[in-house]
Formats: sequence, structure tokens, C-alpha cells
Amino acid sequence: MSDPQRSPKEPPEATSTATTPPGISRRGFLKGAGITAAGTALLSGVQGLSREAVASTPKGVKEFGPEPFPVTLHINDKEHALQIEPRTTLADALRIQLNMTGTKISCDRGVCSSCTVLLDRMPVNSCMTLALDTVGHQITTIEGISANEQIHPVQAAFVRHDAMQCGFCTPGMVMSCVSLLEKNPHPTEADVRYAVSGNLCRCGTYPKVFAATLDAATQPASKA
Amino acid sequence: MNSFALADCSTVEAALSQLKDGAVVKAGGVDLLDRMKNGTDTPTRLINIRNISELRGIQSTPEGLTIGALTTLAEVADDPGVRSQYTVLSDACGQAATPHIRNMATLGGNLLQQLQCWYYRSPDFQCLRKGKEICFAFSGLNQYHAIMDYGGCPSVAPSSGAVALLALDASVELTSTAKGKRTVAIRDFYLHPDANPHRFHVMAADELLTSIHIPKPAPGTRSAYQKYGEKESHDWANADAGILLEMDGSLCRRAVVAMGAASPVVRRSREAEAALAGKPITPETARAAGQASMTGAMPLSMNAYKVQLFPVAIYRTILLAAGQMDRDPSAAG
Repeated sequence: MSDPQRSPKEPPEATSTATTPPGISRRGFLKGAGITAAGTALLSGVQGLSREAVASTPKGVKEFGPEPFPVTLHINDKEHALQIEPRTTLADALRIQLNMTGTKISCDRGVCSSCTVLLDRMPVNSCMTLALDTVGHQITTIEGISANEQIHPVQAAFVRHDAMQCGFCTPGMVMSCVSLLEKNPHPTEADVRYAVSGNLCRCGTYPKVFAATLDAATQPASKA
Repeated sequence: MNSFALADCSTVEAALSQLKDGAVVKAGGVDLLDRMKNGTDTPTRLINIRNISELRGIQSTPEGLTIGALTTLAEVADDPGVRSQYTVLSDACGQAATPHIRNMATLGGNLLQQLQCWYYRSPDFQCLRKGKEICFAFSGLNQYHAIMDYGGCPSVAPSSGAVALLALDASVELTSTAKGKRTVAIRDFYLHPDANPHRFHVMAADELLTSIHIPKPAPGTRSAYQKYGEKESHDWANADAGILLEMDGSLCRRAVVAMGAASPVVRRSREAEAALAGKPITPETARAAGQASMTGAMPLSMNAYKVQLFPVAIYRTILLAAGQMDRDPSAAG
């Protein structure tokens, strides 16, 4: 569907609205928008497939990019409309396009897990996840775990236990521990060690992370 | 990462129809995105198979187990049936990478990940495996490289899943539009660098790895896998052991000792297996098997430590499989 001869374009200005990005013809944009509607429907099971888009692609194949196209991501119980390319990672979409900079990028290779978000409540590396692959799924970031101006019990426990030094790994560390307590409200220290075994902390705050998470598990709110 | 188009496929048939013109398959994407971010791989078109639901899931059959290629490492590691009867595989999948990556990475992708040699992974080194004539590891930094059977390329087999599947005598199902389905045993799947330096396995360009078949273990089988890396998490093995013991009362009727980080292709140590066959599993026989596994070792300038590490890994994992030793906490994932 997309023209493979067309030269790749740099990403458009950060935007969270579905305006026509610079450098794209109105016709090309509308084509892209149609494809995206179909792709979104495929991934999320929403009705409303574009007949045009389906008719012109082989059965079971949906074409995306390389040009930017609009998608809707479901982040922290809100719908966010934005423009992405196939190569846009979820981490870049969150930080650069949606200005949700709580999610950190450090290694950008899946080594350090400072970019941890929950995808359908499972911790994953947003730097190694294409944003396109998250359409139709529930994304939870560090911005989404507090409610009514109240920080999450895991965050409160991190503060009580001083479980951070430079703080760069902290959002990812917190997300891993939040996910652990959702699945296992009464973890052992071994469980916490296992849950954060992907989170690299160069300052070495692990003992306090373990203590904070075990403490958070005793707080009633975290079991909700 | 370079710009690319992406064909999102919902069926195997659709994905097979897209396998042309240099398009590259993406499943979990962990290894592929790593190479694309490094700049060693610059595909202009990806075939996204991540959403093909028919390739996901674990099925128990009278013959054994069939695992869809897109089943994640976490799903394999946490499956109660795999844990009880195919422990070597749940161990290997549960120790690969990190919990986060195991939630994304697939078993098929684990088997098809490319070499982890830092020269191979760097866009600045054009080596034997990239079509040139030189290997930089022999005279360069080779502390994580092979100690035996390396031929012209000492990069080690990177997949821990393959070590377990070799121990289990498993096979992979390859599917193409032209030839339909064929099954290849794991022991025949990977190519030694001297057989063909430019290919890693026998899968053709028009084929997809669609599932993994594991025969039901014989009664009395116990198995385990442990890996020892420089870091306890997110690290490939410096030494690893996939152990399968077919017990007949207190005697070991048949043993399989599989290793990954010793050589370019996953291998079984016949010498170590012979040290266990027909004998009881004791610290003494396990130690003898570990020592026998290093027959023929020829370490490089910086990795002689592996000749000591492998026997320990094998000794401890034999005793773990036999239920005589706890899991080594330093070999956790």
C-alpha cells in the first residue's frame, strides 16, 4: 500500500493531534489514515474497517509506513492520538511525542529496564517495543500509578526507605515492583530480587529497594 | 534505527506471502531491534508476525509437547506442564535475559537470535560471518568466546533455549508456501561456521519457524539447566549446562549433557554422558562428568577460565537435576 520507492522521512514535529504532518501530501496522509483505522481495528477488535484499505492489501496483511501515520494509544486509562512511524519505539512515543518523561531511556537496548512500563499489566522494556505493537493494548507508565494526587504505596515506601540515589533507574524500578505486588501481594525478598533483576541501578540501592517493596506490601492500598 | 515499512500479518499464510525482496521477519523484536539500533541491520521492510495468534501457545499431545514459535519465554518458563516434565526448558527460558525481556521475547526468536560476538554486533568490524575473510576474536578480545570445536569463528551459540531443546531431542517445524511444512531436529538445525560461515541455520529464506516439537521424556526422566554469566541477570552464559537424566531406580540409564557457551553450535558432550551412563548419580560421578566435558578444549588467549567454569556448571546442574543440590542462587535469571 505504501510506496517503497518513496524516500524515508524524518519524524514530524512532536504532536499529539492528528494534523497533517509536514512533507506529506493530503492524499498520502488520507491513505495512511485509512490504513491505520484498519490496523487499529485489527489489533483492538474495534469495528469500522476501511473497505478501501482492506481491498487493496493482501488478505491478512496491513501495511504501515514508512511515512508517519496516526494511531491512538491507550495510556493510563486515557486515549492519546499521535503520529508515529513503524520505527517509533514506545519509549520515544511517550517521551518525545507525548512529553511523558517519567519513563527514562538509559541503555536503549533492553539491558537496564529504566524504560519499564506495564503493557497489559506486564513489565516490558518500552525502548525495545515498537509503539505500533502497543495499539489496542493497555499501557501504564509511572505517571499513571498515582491517583487523586496520592503517590502509589510503592513510591511512598521508596521515599520512606530512601530507596534511590541518582534516581534515574527509579521509575523503572518502581514499575517492576508495582507489577510484582499486583501479581503477588505478599512477596518474599527473593521474589523482589527476581522482579527487579532486569533493573540496573549503578548506585547500588538494591537493598533499600527490597526493603521498600516488602514494606509497601504491608500497606493495605497496594493490595487493591 | 533506519526508517522502514512494516507489514503487519495476522496469519502464517499472509506472513509467508510477504517473505520476499529482503523483508525481515519481526516477532518479539528484541534481537532485531538491537541489531537495527546498532546499525548492523538496515532492513527497509519488516514482516510483523507478533500478532499471529495461531503461533502462540503450548499444547500437550500424546507424543509430547508442541510450542508455538511466538510463545514468550515467560509463558514457557511459567507453564506448569513444562516445569514439571520439561524442567530443562522452563529453566533455560526462565534464565534468559531479564523478566522484562522474557515478557516480550519469543521462543522462536530466542532460537533464531544472531551471534552475540561483539565484533559481529559492531558495524565497525566486517568479519568472516559478514562475508569477509578475517575473524577479529582470535587475536582480539575473546573472553566470552568458544573453547572447543570453533573452526574459523569462535563466537558461541547464543540461545539458552536451544541448549535445553537439544537435551530434550526436540525439533523445529519450518513452514514455506512452496514446500509446506518440514521438521528439522535441533541437532541438525544450526550450521557450524566451517560448514557455511554466512548462514547460521538450515532455514531457507522463504521459510518461517512456526513451532517447536518436544518428544515426551521417558519415564524416570529428570532434567535441569543452569547458566553462569558475568552478571546474574541480563547476560549470556559464559558456561551453561542442559542436563537430562533417564533414571532407572538409582542408576542413570541414559544421560544428556548439552552445552551452549563452549562452541559455535550447541553441542552434546558424549564424554560427559558416558561418565554417567549406567552409574548412580553421586557427587563423584557428577564431578567426573564435568571433567570429561572438557575433552578437546582449546581455550583462546583470554578464556581459559571457562575450562574450569564448565565442569562446575555441569557438576552442579547434574546434581540439581537429580534432586541432590539446590538451584545455585548465582545462576538465577
